[in-house]
Amino acid sequence: MACIEARGLRKRYGATMALDGIDLAVEPGRILGLIGPNGAGKSTALKAILGLTPFEGELTVLGRNPWAERDALMLDVAFIADVAVLPRWLRVADALDYVAGVHPRFDRARAEAFLARTTIKRRSRVRELSKGMVAQLHLALVMAIDARLLVLDEPTLGLDLLYRKQFYDTLLNDYFDHSRTIVVTTHQVEEVQHVLTDLMFIDRGRIVLGCSMDDFEARYLELTTTPANADAARALKPIHERQLLGRSAFLFDGVDRERLAPLGEVRTPSIADLFVAVIGGAQPDRNAA
Amino acid sequence: MTAMTDTDTPVPMAADAAPPVPRSAMRTLYWSVRRELWENRAIWIAPVAAAGVVMFGFLLALARLPARFPAPRPGHHAVTMPPPEAPYAFAAAVILVTAAITGLFYCLGALGAERRDRSILFWKSLPVSDTVTVASKLVVPMVVLTAVTYATIVATFSLILGLSAAAAAVSGSPNAAALTHVDLVRMLLDLAYFGITAAIWYLPLWGWCLLIGGWARRAAFLWAVGVPIALTVVERIAFDTGFVAHAIGARLLGGVDQSFYEAPHPKGTWGEPHPDLAGFLASPGLWIGLAVGAVLVAAAIWQRRYRDPV
Repeated sequence: MACIEARGLRKRYGATMALDGIDLAVEPGRILGLIGPNGAGKSTALKAILGLTPFEGELTVLGRNPWAERDALMLDVAFIADVAVLPRWLRVADALDYVAGVHPRFDRARAEAFLARTTIKRRSRVRELSKGMVAQLHLALVMAIDARLLVLDEPTLGLDLLYRKQFYDTLLNDYFDHSRTIVVTTHQVEEVQHVLTDLMFIDRGRIVLGCSMDDFEARYLELTTTPANADAARALKPIHERQLLGRSAFLFDGVDRERLAPLGEVRTPSIADLFVAVIGGAQPDRNAA
Repeated sequence: MTAMTDTDTPVPMAADAAPPVPRSAMRTLYWSVRRELWENRAIWIAPVAAAGVVMFGFLLALARLPARFPAPRPGHHAVTMPPPEAPYAFAAAVILVTAAITGLFYCLGALGAERRDRSILFWKSLPVSDTVTVASKLVVPMVVLTAVTYATIVATFSLILGLSAAAAAVSGSPNAAALTHVDLVRMLLDLAYFGITAAIWYLPLWGWCLLIGGWARRAAFLWAVGVPIALTVVERIAFDTGFVAHAIGARLLGGVDQSFYEAPHPKGTWGEPHPDLAGFLASPGLWIGLAVGAVLVAAAIWQRRYRDPV
């Protein structure tokens, strides 16, 4: 059974289609990055998955309809919206008590162990903590929940580089164990590239690209050439071209590495480069994948 | 288009083997109420502070007791004296009014604050239903605030009685002694009965404030007060009738009329209210209020569930 399964998922806000027919199936044990520009429908998709908003079409999460069974679903799903949502008046010790009180799958000792590695004091209120400490606290709470699906919506927004790095390291080393599924949206795509197993671009309520990271590495190549080889590269029909410091960088979809290698330097592109190629300069009728 | 279906090795889900975990709605409700009290400390601070103010005033009054209550002269017995219950009734009134205001403002903020600080996303990330959440926010004014207020009144009455007795013993003033000639048990039983019936009688008020507080993005108080006033004005101008105003007035002021009947005092001066549970339960106002309150609470649950969290 897929962890998340959607067929023809739609969500309309007035005249705007926030989700315009999403089909997807996320298998257990995957780490899916949901990448898209602002207003693309990422947050709406996550809200639908978390049972926070009604939707049209079919959507099951862990075998349940999230809108009809949100509170039961939340036994198996954990969720971090962004660093700002822990209430400022909450004390650290009270947060532990509360989650232990309402969540039967919360392992308090585990949360305490995570907190012991930080400088967060039990008596502190959330408003007395730095942004990075709030993120650590939220992560400690969430990682102590034995959930099957973890949803992260811009989890590292506003954190400095060290906290961001630590956030994903902790998540991978201490939480993810291939029986869990993680869905993450972020604008800091460079930092999740090596974390993800699957990638999905979403734009204007539609999925414009979806593949595993293995496929991504097999399909997409970036070639950097001197101007002399640029025309030869263009003949191979790159999906995107950009100029950098007098050289040209071409992005190819499904072109053999052997054909590109003689023309210049070949490497796996970054997700950010592919994102720009697929979504950045495209026309309204663009359809990648 | 379908994506994400390429798993080489399907991993068994951990939870398939996990035993079912027992959940208890009461336990969830209990922790939800605890969480409300962490956020809204005014629920217990305000009644206690009101009692503190009353006791401060009472202590000053005791200090100048002999001057205030000159020794009675023969033939003027108790005519100019207030009844000994008066300080108790006044203290209870101050504490009750404070508690009522505290409860109303609590309800107005209870479903709006979590939207303003976006913490609703945290609360909704936990297995707590909207029904239990709203129920916890109803338990706070109806049960917790009632209990806190009552305990505060019991403590205040005990202090007034004890201090009066002490003052009487020290000063020998029969007037201070008069303050101890009250039926404390009877007063406290009446107040307990009043607290419980009032909490139930005002259900539509709690429900209305919860609903408006969750619905209004700002100025919840103005909406909560303005809508009934607007309805009253429109009705008066359009139909020259006053049903809305009458219904609101009867709700705000009518609870005691229904739950107590007033028996003439044996001495004829002080009408004495007696608890009248049968009359309360038989009053249509109670049941209409419960029905209206249930609709308002259901609407509050509905709006927490249906409105986008942020």
